[in-house]
Amino acid sequence: MIIALIYVAIFVIAFFAVRFIATFLSHRTDFTSLKTVTFGDESAVRADRRASVISVVAIFLIWGAFTGSSWIPRFLHAPGPFVGDGSFEYVVKAPDGSTDTSSVNWRVEVVRGEGEPIAADEGDGFALGDALMITKYRSGQLIWDKNDEFTRKDGALVVEINGTPVDFDPNMRDDNGNLVQSKPRVKIDNGTVTFTDKGALSISPNEGWQMEPIWLPPPEAVWKRLIEISSEGYQNSTLWEHLGLSLFRVVVGFVLGALVGIPLGYAMGLSNWFRGWFDPIVEFMRPVPPLALIPLVIIWAGIGETGKIILLFLAALWIMTIAARAGVSGVNITKVHAAYSLGASKYQLMRHVIVPNSLPEIFTGARVAMGVCWGTVVAAELVAAEVGAGMMIMVASKFQLTDIVIMGIILIGIIGYGIDILMREAEKYLVPWKGRG
Amino acid sequence: MSGLLIDDVSMRFELPDGGAVQALKNVTLDIKAGELMSVLGPSGCGKTTLLNIVAGFLAPTEGQVVLNNATVHGPGPERGMVFQQGALFEWMSVRENVGFGPAMKGQKREAAERVDHLLDVVGLQDFKEKAVYELSGGMQQRVALARCLANDPDVILMDEPLGALDALTREKMQSLVLDLWKETGKTIILITHSVEEALLLGERLLVMAPRPGRIHKEYRLPFADMGVGNDLREVKKHGDYNTTREEILAMIWDMEEEIMGRAEGAGA
Repeated sequence: MIIALIYVAIFVIAFFAVRFIATFLSHRTDFTSLKTVTFGDESAVRADRRASVISVVAIFLIWGAFTGSSWIPRFLHAPGPFVGDGSFEYVVKAPDGSTDTSSVNWRVEVVRGEGEPIAADEGDGFALGDALMITKYRSGQLIWDKNDEFTRKDGALVVEINGTPVDFDPNMRDDNGNLVQSKPRVKIDNGTVTFTDKGALSISPNEGWQMEPIWLPPPEAVWKRLIEISSEGYQNSTLWEHLGLSLFRVVVGFVLGALVGIPLGYAMGLSNWFRGWFDPIVEFMRPVPPLALIPLVIIWAGIGETGKIILLFLAALWIMTIAARAGVSGVNITKVHAAYSLGASKYQLMRHVIVPNSLPEIFTGARVAMGVCWGTVVAAELVAAEVGAGMMIMVASKFQLTDIVIMGIILIGIIGYGIDILMREAEKYLVPWKGRG
Repeated sequence: MSGLLIDDVSMRFELPDGGAVQALKNVTLDIKAGELMSVLGPSGCGKTTLLNIVAGFLAPTEGQVVLNNATVHGPGPERGMVFQQGALFEWMSVRENVGFGPAMKGQKREAAERVDHLLDVVGLQDFKEKAVYELSGGMQQRVALARCLANDPDVILMDEPLGALDALTREKMQSLVLDLWKETGKTIILITHSVEEALLLGERLLVMAPRPGRIHKEYRLPFADMGVGNDLREVKKHGDYNTTREEILAMIWDMEEEIMGRAEGAGA
């Protein structure tokens, strides 16, 4: 919630800041900048690249600030978890009604067992002072009566923490053995004290606003992982083998799907019988998400390469079939008439009119199919694989290696985006007449 | 060259709702080689249907179309088409578009010179390597004309070829059509919505009437011959031109009103 608010604040501040700065810089005077009606004119809306840059920087800034990244200046860091020493006093009431004040010294260490132990102020009376070591991000339990004259078994109770009276008797239970009283919470410096079910004290040092690395590692940890895995590999394969094999599966599955799907789509666009025969199959298979086929493909073909390629083939097949069919239906009838009137045979019409005319549609389909295949291969590898991008992050997640998981997700995103850019460039180069008919 | 005979052609088809449309009824026309005939009529009079039957895209339910003593059964290169728009191949350059017909016959190289010549005739020599979508509407129609001529058809069928052009371009194109007609001596059937265009370009002018589509009246006009090589605006000043134009306009107005009245009557 706080992060969302910070993000919105950055958005708004950046918007006004850039506008403010821009008023001092020289204006461009191309045609679009002269338009007075821009709100509602889609053609006048262009992505502001300054906003794109700030947007990406903002994401990394927030990520770094809330993970205590060393790449971000310290003053930008969100408050981190408390590390250091604290103490508080508590009052014990003995079974005979007499009370004694005792103290707790606690210390938060960064790594369990590596901190310098803290000493207790034993004090006097029947309850002696205690000491407690707590690991960062964790809470610590204090058996406060361990070294006292009267223990909880004898009926001793904590009745006051740092001057705040508390009323909690763990021995008061109902017939089902549940606690009768709710457990009080007392704020102390840098932490909170409450009770466990059995009446021990539980001390939670303030966690701050930063994320623990096991939930979200800082960006530099992810970067370090990337360097480490790209040189040493993970799970018996190098990073490039993981990514390359996923990409290989996508390309093979897509090419097979296109090789079958495009002719099938043409046939459906050109012949009543083919259209009738395959319509029910295509229309039925189209809404079935490829992910739903994974279990069946695993049953039939196992978890090896064959199964994955069959799955990707099926994912690409229907998309390419429908794209090719749409490409044929999209041929302006006057073009077909013109070609026949110029003496074209059926084969020539196919070769010189229908195929080139359907290429833009096929490219659009190919872009969608590549995207779907890339998503499907990652999902299939999450389920079962020995090598692959999805397998890499799935295994890493089992060991709570969040840095590998995040690195994998970023790489999967970059590759998916790269595929789309490549397809768009190929489209611009191969079908320059798209949308110009 | 012998002529084109449209022999008692009727066209009737059934609608999904059970009704039937008589698009054409007993249309007979004898068009001599080298004639330029314009066809005019209100919407729904069957003029495009007639053209599609001559082109071979539709089969008539009765009668036949005979060209050079052979009955027409489908589209063929001896009957070239010029469409209103959208018939050029965007994936080909201007030159490839014009050379499409000869290329289909495997005579690409032999026809190269003629293609070049035709590009000269229509004034597109400087644009031959351009993509067709880079050209203006008028230039595109000149490509369509040249493409049709490159195939050397006996008959050229034009379906409102200038309908999508602006008034000035249209006037220039009308002159071009007349010049090409005179130069090549082709038989041309031209369908148009514009009375002026029909008068200027029609050596013969056919007015069709709707429901059922039929020939209403036929004119033989001198204006096409007068227009060849001359300023068409001069032709329009001719007295006969204006009287004929008024006569045809009144005729078509009457037909339109009759259609409206009938539609209202059916609605009531």
